[in-house]
Amino acid sequence: MARVFLPLVLVAMVLFAAAPLVVANAPPEQTMGLVQKIFYYHVPSAMLMFVSAFVCGIASAVFLFRRSAAADRVALAAGELVVLFGAIVLVTGPLWARKAWGVWWEWDARLTSSLLLWMIFLAYLLVRRFGGPGSEKLAGAMALFGMANVPFVYVSVNYWRTLHPKTSVVMTLAPGMRAAFWFCVAAFAALYVLLLTLRKRLEDRQAEVEQLYLAAED
Amino acid sequence: MRQFLRVAWVVMRKDLTVEMRSREIVYTTVFFAASCVLVFAFALVREGRPLEDAAAGILWISIAFAGTLGLGRTFERERHTETLRALMLAPSDRPAIYVGKLLGILALMAIVEAVLVPMIGLLFHAPVLARPLWLVALLGLGTLGFASVGTLFAAMLVRARSRDVLLPVLLYPITIPVIIAGVRGTAALFQATPDEPMARFWAALLVFFDVVFVTLSLWTFEPLMTE
Amino acid sequence: MAFDFERLVVEDVSRHFGRRRALNRVSLTCGAGTILGLLGPNGAGKSTLLAILSTLLAPTSGRVRYGEHEARTAGARLRARLGLLGHDLYLYPELTARENLTFFARLYGLDRPHERVERALAHASLSDRGADQVSGFSRGMRQRLALERALLHGPRLLLLDEPFTGLDDASGHALLARLRGLRDEGAIIIVATHDLDLAEGLLDQVAVLREGRLLSVPSSSGSLRERYRETVAAAQAAQDRGPR
Repeated sequence: MARVFLPLVLVAMVLFAAAPLVVANAPPEQTMGLVQKIFYYHVPSAMLMFVSAFVCGIASAVFLFRRSAAADRVALAAGELVVLFGAIVLVTGPLWARKAWGVWWEWDARLTSSLLLWMIFLAYLLVRRFGGPGSEKLAGAMALFGMANVPFVYVSVNYWRTLHPKTSVVMTLAPGMRAAFWFCVAAFAALYVLLLTLRKRLEDRQAEVEQLYLAAED
Repeated sequence: MRQFLRVAWVVMRKDLTVEMRSREIVYTTVFFAASCVLVFAFALVREGRPLEDAAAGILWISIAFAGTLGLGRTFERERHTETLRALMLAPSDRPAIYVGKLLGILALMAIVEAVLVPMIGLLFHAPVLARPLWLVALLGLGTLGFASVGTLFAAMLVRARSRDVLLPVLLYPITIPVIIAGVRGTAALFQATPDEPMARFWAALLVFFDVVFVTLSLWTFEPLMTE
Repeated sequence: MAFDFERLVVEDVSRHFGRRRALNRVSLTCGAGTILGLLGPNGAGKSTLLAILSTLLAPTSGRVRYGEHEARTAGARLRARLGLLGHDLYLYPELTARENLTFFARLYGLDRPHERVERALAHASLSDRGADQVSGFSRGMRQRLALERALLHGPRLLLLDEPFTGLDDASGHALLARLRGLRDEGAIIIVATHDLDLAEGLLDQVAVLREGRLLSVPSSSGSLRERYRETVAAAQAAQDRGPR
């Protein structure tokens, strides 16, 4: 991991330095103009939020069934990133919605599912913080169940929603935008891997300190 | 397999026997559920007419709240006597203990719902007898989904701190699909002309949910309860 | 199920909870027909060690062998040969004495449950109180009932956590007699206790725990109390001298 780290930091930095330029140069969308460019931050964040939820869920499963402490540390890092990227999604979403549709919130299937997933992983962090000893296992179950829940949440919210028809969020991408979009996805993905690695490293060091502390008592 | 069922049955019978001695949890949970209905009725009824679909919503919210209360109280009792430890010490399949506890909770919820449904029918003029079998199916599947996750989390929380507030914090987000399916399915049945295909759709979703989450709970019960 | 063992071997068992080390490389051996006393001040790690021996807790390092078997591989069959009497007695107060015993007999899948239950009630001198709810029992009666519950399935290894607490003289001596009888039948009995006077003359082996470590006990003559004091004092002196 150490050897990959520095190149990873550099790649992420370059991508993020270039991103504003790429976004600014992308063709403007017809109806919404400048505001639409929020999309370049909103959608990659949403994608990574879901990816992170799966990473957390799988790591939690490994932790529960193989008792791997390293998997638990990955799960914690991924869980925090779900909340982080989810916060970005839930802030940029309403900002965009306000300008695009005139309302702050829409009970749209995707936005609502994201909110629910965000809350599940917020609960994950709450349990780890306030559950007392042994709460890592309970949180792990929460993450696993949360991950398994993703399809159910999406389907149920989607069909719940269709009884209240509203405008759709789905946008078709003009060719010029596609390049900018995937560039941003790559930038965010690099950022995600960087943050995950950093956070896991921090937890690894923490675990080492605990070990040393115990060993020092001998 | 026979042993598995025997253990589950023995645990459930013990839970029901213990509860029948004092009936404390049954009485208080049913009363709480009824109070919920009234509180929501006052909040959501205007000029004597309930908001559309309010009956279905109120029914399921009350089930969720009462269920959480019942789960908490049932496991608090086990915690008080540390008997959960004794159950884990037994040379039986751990998932069988989970199933036994789940059956006990389902029995409690059935009693609560047997009181709630007529109440909803009376207070909101909801046609509960229009499609009784579909209604029972929705209630059964939804309660199973809710209780399967709830039993697992409540059992695990027995040894945690802040367990009273953590149970709803954990349980409600995970069981939102159950609530949505239950409410929309029930609302479909309560319409002037009951919408059976709609109810069938939501019931099917609940079946999938139940299969996935009961299986997950059975798998994770042992690793969660042992250190 | 013919699963049994003659020796209990604890090898280098450690257990920590976060930064707190509850047990530090504890090793001991115990054969069939032995009563081992676990002595030590509060917080020494006695309850933790008992929890590990009962397979409810896993050690963070080291292992426990029951004959040739280990907890993780043996699973349910091992639990059928273990009995634990914790500080909380694991009885349902709303059920009668008979119902409590019958529940555990059925849970453990024992044959002829009614016979066993009646025999257990007789051992506990509670045959006439079988139909009374446990909530109305005194501490001594509950203790006797709880002990019989732990013995229903005839365990090879019996673990007792502070069994003499709250017992009056007569009950305490009755418990001693019961344990001696079990020892003569070949059980391995491990008793964690503070009550050195009662334990005097009961224990075949003594293990003293202090701050998670097992101290070596001088095999000098003298009462249990004297030997215990000697051990603890020696350990304290070693600690005061500081690391070499």
